Amino acid sequence: MDTTRRRLLVLLPAAAVAWKFVLAGTPEASPNYKLTEHWWGMLIDIPKCIGCGTCSRACTEENDVPVGYYRTWIERYHLDDWKMEKPEVESPDGGKEGFPANEIAGKNFFVPKLCNHCADSPCTQVCPVGATFISPDGVVLVDKTYCLGCRYCVQACPYGCRFINPKTKTAEKCTLCYHRITKGLTTACCEVCPTGARQLADLKNPNDPVHEFLRTHNVQVLKPHMATGAKVFYNGMDGSVR
Amino acid sequence: MFKDIEHLIRLAAVMVIALVAFIVLRAAVVPRSFGQYGHYRGAAISEIAARPVAFAGRDDVCETCHSDVVDVKKRGKHVVVPCETCHGAQARHAEDPGSVIPAKLDTAVLCSRCHEANSAKPKSFPQVVTADHSGGIACDTCHQPHKPKIEEVAQSATGGKK
Repeated sequence: MDTTRRRLLVLLPAAAVAWKFVLAGTPEASPNYKLTEHWWGMLIDIPKCIGCGTCSRACTEENDVPVGYYRTWIERYHLDDWKMEKPEVESPDGGKEGFPANEIAGKNFFVPKLCNHCADSPCTQVCPVGATFISPDGVVLVDKTYCLGCRYCVQACPYGCRFINPKTKTAEKCTLCYHRITKGLTTACCEVCPTGARQLADLKNPNDPVHEFLRTHNVQVLKPHMATGAKVFYNGMDGSVR
Repeated sequence: MFKDIEHLIRLAAVMVIALVAFIVLRAAVVPRSFGQYGHYRGAAISEIAARPVAFAGRDDVCETCHSDVVDVKKRGKHVVVPCETCHGAQARHAEDPGSVIPAKLDTAVLCSRCHEANSAKPKSFPQVVTADHSGGIACDTCHQPHKPKIEEVAQSATGGKK
């Protein structure tokens, strides 16, 4: 095809229109959702957790988590009366099918874990390509189209919340069910928790009941000495929990 | 001075061309939304948010059709347990109730997940050692899962099944 001046003059505006559509990108998933009006976290009430594993199973189903990997899991702690400083921790299959019965003395309790969605997250700071980030509403997310799979973030997370997806070879982690919370739903794990041990918390929403709970209870975060700004708050947590 | 000025001009021209090429390439390669909110691709946020949900949501979604069952559940201790805790992810069923039929549940597995005795469970939570408690009989022989307390009067025929 000869590119005459006339033909070029016709093609140029057409190309410009097409390019505009390319740049428009994907449309907003939920038009009423304002990024700046939320600051997400979670509240976990340890004395309520029965270790049924429903949260971990629901997470797997909601997010297609590969077998053998966990975005959220439950740990069972056992503390001997004479060895309080050395907890024994187990989490068979992430606690998905519950825990084998144990009628042992000492202190026993469950601790559900997930990404702490740190406000100063170490995993985000080490990413060399800007594939992981803290969204303006406080959720630590991974852009899997940008992730190289270099595993820096997996090493950096002090809570062991990240893994490399064996299929995509990119970093994966809890998204705090970002596709749900931006639609006004709660996370899958909070959705199915039978005892209400997990509650999604919108810290910027003054009407969220979490504020009253945080005011009236002594809550802790995991590894506060790491200064990660963790936003998963644990009520009634034993000092032995790591 | 500048005896061989044409050399410098040629060098400058090469550098200008390289700079222009760099700027054009960078504009073509870096996604437009990169840096919109920070050092990442801003469009990733809406891409992650666009994922379809698997769990329909709180019980009011189920209540639209199954109000009879939800009413029974409201009168018992399992009022605090959301439908999808036992019935699993039902967003697809809620969207298309005709063709997506939820699987039948096995009370022997479901009930024991929560109620099998374990020393790590809170003491106030009702627990049994299934082997001693029922000897292997299915839980729903005696307990109606939506309203588990055993009552002396005959239980409602609708129960959990439709």
